[in-house]
Amino acid sequence: MPSEEELYQEHVLDHYEDPFHRGTLAGATHAHEDKNPLCGDVVRIELKLDDSGKIEDLYFTGEGCVISQASASMLLEEIHGKTVDDLKAFSAADMLALYGPRLTPNRQKCCLLSWKVLQSAVHSPVAKGDQP
Amino acid sequence: MSARPTVDQSALLPASLRDDFPILNGDVLAGHPLVFLDNAASTQRPRQVIDAISDVYQRDYANVHRGIHTLSERSTELYEQARENVRSFIGAKHAHEVIFTPGSTASINLVARSWGGENLRAGDEVLTTVMEHHSNLVPWQQIAAQTGAVLRHVPLTDDGRLDMGQFDALLCERTKLVAVASVSNTLGTINPIDEIARKAHAAGAVVLVDAAQSVPHMATDVQASDVDFLAFSGHKMLGPSGVGILYGKESHLDAMPPFLGGGSMINEVRLDSFTPAALPAKFEAGTPPIVPAIGMSAAVDYLNRVGLEAIHHHEQVLTQLAYDALAQIEGLRILGPAPEYRAGLISFAFERIHAHEFAQVLNDQFGVAVRAGHHCTQPLHALLGIPASTRASFYLYNRPEEIDRLIEGIAKVQSMFALKGRRRKRKQ
Repeated sequence: MPSEEELYQEHVLDHYEDPFHRGTLAGATHAHEDKNPLCGDVVRIELKLDDSGKIEDLYFTGEGCVISQASASMLLEEIHGKTVDDLKAFSAADMLALYGPRLTPNRQKCCLLSWKVLQSAVHSPVAKGDQP
Repeated sequence: MSARPTVDQSALLPASLRDDFPILNGDVLAGHPLVFLDNAASTQRPRQVIDAISDVYQRDYANVHRGIHTLSERSTELYEQARENVRSFIGAKHAHEVIFTPGSTASINLVARSWGGENLRAGDEVLTTVMEHHSNLVPWQQIAAQTGAVLRHVPLTDDGRLDMGQFDALLCERTKLVAVASVSNTLGTINPIDEIARKAHAAGAVVLVDAAQSVPHMATDVQASDVDFLAFSGHKMLGPSGVGILYGKESHLDAMPPFLGGGSMINEVRLDSFTPAALPAKFEAGTPPIVPAIGMSAAVDYLNRVGLEAIHHHEQVLTQLAYDALAQIEGLRILGPAPEYRAGLISFAFERIHAHEFAQVLNDQFGVAVRAGHHCTQPLHALLGIPASTRASFYLYNRPEEIDRLIEGIAKVQSMFALKGRRRKRKQ
């Protein structure tokens, strides 16, 4: 069994190879993209919010290391169907715990990229003419 | 993979050099001897340098050029001896052409702000290259924005050398300065500095060389190559961080306005005006990096004892070995030219596996320290169409067995991250 310190646990590689909702979302109401300037990891998240603040659906695209991409998949799976308030309550520490293996400060940035993108995305409405 | 050819040990520096470097024999990662292949970022220090630093603090330290007391005189003498030592190391004519700065980046910024601010006008051109480190791009962007000067960039050949045909075409009467790295920190390419300086001077331009990746690894002679400015850092050549050098021809440095204002750089100060000091103090405002400079001088002594020719040859043997092994790995793309055109570093990329995975697994499972990322050359990586690369860079203490560890580690990474048809557990 891999130790808790092992960075690339099987469930991480599973999410990397078989991600949850990788792709674009037709009819997205909100979207945001950011990159980690240290390493060039990029994540974009598109989502659909309903009037009550529920995240009906969300998809991500991006490129980068295993940690940045697998953590995006885990985050989207976790938040799918929840509300903006739930997301607001979902802290950086929660994200690192969801990922699992303990990360050094530099790799934490990889893990938290999609979390930061999603926290911004719910406040970034897509202009009407600009819908994907 | 075939076993590597045996290396003729007489072609290498003696392995006993490693005993001079306490960190190489230290306990960095449990279970793995340290394989340090991140020398292009910063090197390690021999005990001769560490002792020199410790000795100054224990016996000789005070501020320089200020006191009459014994310690200030001793510190001043050691600091000025360091300047003379660096002068001799790079073949400069005068010690006052050697300015101590915080590092290469500060050296280049000094020239951009002082020389550039004085000499660049709207429409003038600064010719640099697409392979430059951010430290030889951003200062020129900043001064261009202030002065209206225009930046031009020499492109690359397909194999990652400077396209000298394009250099000739871009060099024109509007070109006021050519800013170029002697060795690319990402591609490893050794650029033809002598030819660039000759052509630039014929066109009436001055030449600044970012020599951070060449001064530590091969002999430098600023008079023979006839460059106008040369910048490099102590920490990439066995010395301390926090100190670097700006070499400038006396005629340029004399004509340039001071960069930073403050103590030391003045001759006389009144409440509303000052007159600048003579070289080199003119460009050394404030308390300089006294002990780092003295430590850098000890590093120069060490490099002189080993010999720059021998160091360069040693690195060429290692680079050829690594290049041949890497070239056999399927799916691995080596960035930059064949070994005959390159210095002691190799960056590579894989189609699908990110550089972070290489650096992480090489470190955790093999004790191999490499750099992963864009190595402060974002425009070059964009041009190459990759977000990041992994870089192995060699120095005088590296050995062929360490390259074996690197190659083993790469094979492990490839198998770890091979697509295996994995499936994520579905939530109920």
